[in-house]
Amino acid sequence: MANLVSGIKIIGDRTLKIVERMGAVALFLFSTIVNSSVSFKRFSLTIREVYYAGVQSLIIILVSGLFVGMVLGLQGHETLQRYGSEDSVGVLVALSLVRELGPVVSALLFASRAGSAITAEIGLMKATEQLSAMEMMAVNPMSRVVAPRFWGGVISLPLLALLFSAMGIIGGYLIAVVLIGVDSGSFWSQMQSAVDFEHDIVNGIIKSIVFGVAISAIATFEGYEAPPTAEGVSGATTRTVVSSSLAVLALDLVLTAFMLKGWN
Amino acid sequence: MANLVEISNLNFGYNSRLVLKGINLTVPKGSLVAIMGLSGCGKTTLLRLMGGQLRATEGEVNVAGEKLNDLTQTELYRFRRKLGMLFQFGALFTDLSVFDNVAFQMREHTNLSESMIQDLTLLKLNAVGLRGMQHMMPSELSGGMARRVALARAISLDPQLMLYDEPFTGLDPISLGVIGQLIRQLNDTLGTTSVLVTHDVQESLKIVDYIYFVSEGVIVAQGTPDEIRGSSLPFVHQFIWGEMDGPMPFHYPARSLRQDMELNGE
Amino acid sequence: MERSTLNLWVGIFVLLGFFSFLMLAFKVGNLNLSSNQDAYIVTAHFDNIGQLKERAPVRSAGVLVGRVKAIRFDSKQYNAEVKLAIDSQFKFPVDTSASILTSGILGEQYVSLDAGGDEKYLKAGDQIKLVQGAVVLEKLIGQFLYNKAQDTPSAKGATK
Repeated sequence: MANLVSGIKIIGDRTLKIVERMGAVALFLFSTIVNSSVSFKRFSLTIREVYYAGVQSLIIILVSGLFVGMVLGLQGHETLQRYGSEDSVGVLVALSLVRELGPVVSALLFASRAGSAITAEIGLMKATEQLSAMEMMAVNPMSRVVAPRFWGGVISLPLLALLFSAMGIIGGYLIAVVLIGVDSGSFWSQMQSAVDFEHDIVNGIIKSIVFGVAISAIATFEGYEAPPTAEGVSGATTRTVVSSSLAVLALDLVLTAFMLKGWN
Repeated sequence: MANLVEISNLNFGYNSRLVLKGINLTVPKGSLVAIMGLSGCGKTTLLRLMGGQLRATEGEVNVAGEKLNDLTQTELYRFRRKLGMLFQFGALFTDLSVFDNVAFQMREHTNLSESMIQDLTLLKLNAVGLRGMQHMMPSELSGGMARRVALARAISLDPQLMLYDEPFTGLDPISLGVIGQLIRQLNDTLGTTSVLVTHDVQESLKIVDYIYFVSEGVIVAQGTPDEIRGSSLPFVHQFIWGEMDGPMPFHYPARSLRQDMELNGE
Repeated sequence: MERSTLNLWVGIFVLLGFFSFLMLAFKVGNLNLSSNQDAYIVTAHFDNIGQLKERAPVRSAGVLVGRVKAIRFDSKQYNAEVKLAIDSQFKFPVDTSASILTSGILGEQYVSLDAGGDEKYLKAGDQIKLVQGAVVLEKLIGQFLYNKAQDTPSAKGATK
């Protein structure tokens, strides 16, 4: 009985901690947005971060997109030919990429490639007192360090997700049309009649914007709140990857549910 | 002469534990004052209180005519433009070059033209003897040079008050002497006032005007370097001459060695 | 990194992203600059819409001319009211008939429009009067069996 009670207490404790942390991230996100004017007035600060978050992730996103698309093409063709509808492989590839895989997989890759780098960088700046030094020079680190990295991430991820989907469709085309020999015309035309601009493509972009906000907020928060030691920073980096990946998956479920049902 | 820093009846605590108790301290304009004490005695906390990074639990901290307790965040940032601070390990921005580090505050806070910033930055770097290093990155500098660059950055806007947090830590004797001399020179030539937190006794006794000794959150002794050297207080004596035993015991309080080794005798 | 190289790379990145957006929008998706911009909406009441969904295609002679905008139950007439958004470049006579058909055996359902001969054209808010609802398989089979059952005795009687 005592074991049971203490077990329940532990669950309650954990839950409260998670909720508390989510609240802290939300407050941090709010204060980042409040301190964002510098990021746009001196846009070169943000451009720099788009370079480090976005351009540096290009290779991994393009390569993974291509491979994911190729696998989809292979698997889709394999399954669809049983029903004699291998012409629809383009539809399968395009819809899965544009609706789900593009935004979600690129967000997961982004979290581990760019999110962890943001956390480590801010955490190290804190550990070496660079953030304190900035504060003592009357420059607010929230607007000079955190906000540009946040917006850099928010701008980068939707672009990366678009590239991922486009690359994946090219990969699917290469496998299905060039390698297997599905008719090129029906590959594209079936895709076009099935993929809706507003409901599939725009919704996919909305998803990746939401993921970009979540990952960037978590990554900057973890870096800013990291204990200023080597272990503290490495722990924060791991937490960024874990919690932003979970956040992406959870948000994806919620967003997908709303998008399929309609927003009202 | 007016006082640039006035601290009266200051109490400060993290949560309920008091770190500083009843501190009274003044720093006259143009002087170089050292705050000394053992590691963890609260001297860095005192420095952070002067920089407005922490707020007093009780008592008053007046710096350059501002009551720090009452300042809002915006006023605090405005106040800090009168301040320069040298951090323990320099805290240079690792993603900016030496030049950009020194030019940082001018770019953030002034509307000077880029050619003007160029000239001023080179002058500041020249003052610390590192004009030739302007294109290097902080990671390429030795500890002593990084400290000098950080010093150039701290004085870039000619502050009224300079705060030094352990400027001598981890330096070889030559760099240490150079930093010490620079601190004194800059104080006199720029007409700033400086507060130096350190536990490097010999170096600071050479350069400072006045010394406060802090132990366990209380000021236990104060005076000019000569007075301190001649002090008969046992704590000060132990601190200055680095004696092993004294009021600060060598052994952490514990049971007797006999008891710990279970030699109680059956 | 020099600022100009950095800007160049970010520029390339943004352009690549923009091109993939264009590719997705026009090559993969169904966005056409000419269409989708203005459409007029007409309504049609069906007894049964089967599996028809919002956004399902509206075709005439097999060509896509619009999409199903909304479906709701009309609680006065007890049938389904379907709003069709038809591209304004296509005009249909007022006596056009609408029917719900299935593409292929297991494909999705769509609305087919068969133009009539009237001189006047449908305009926004009009109602299509001639309608044919979805074919429900169970009803079809039931009707077939009923007809068979009716046929058989009379056939026997004829032989007698």
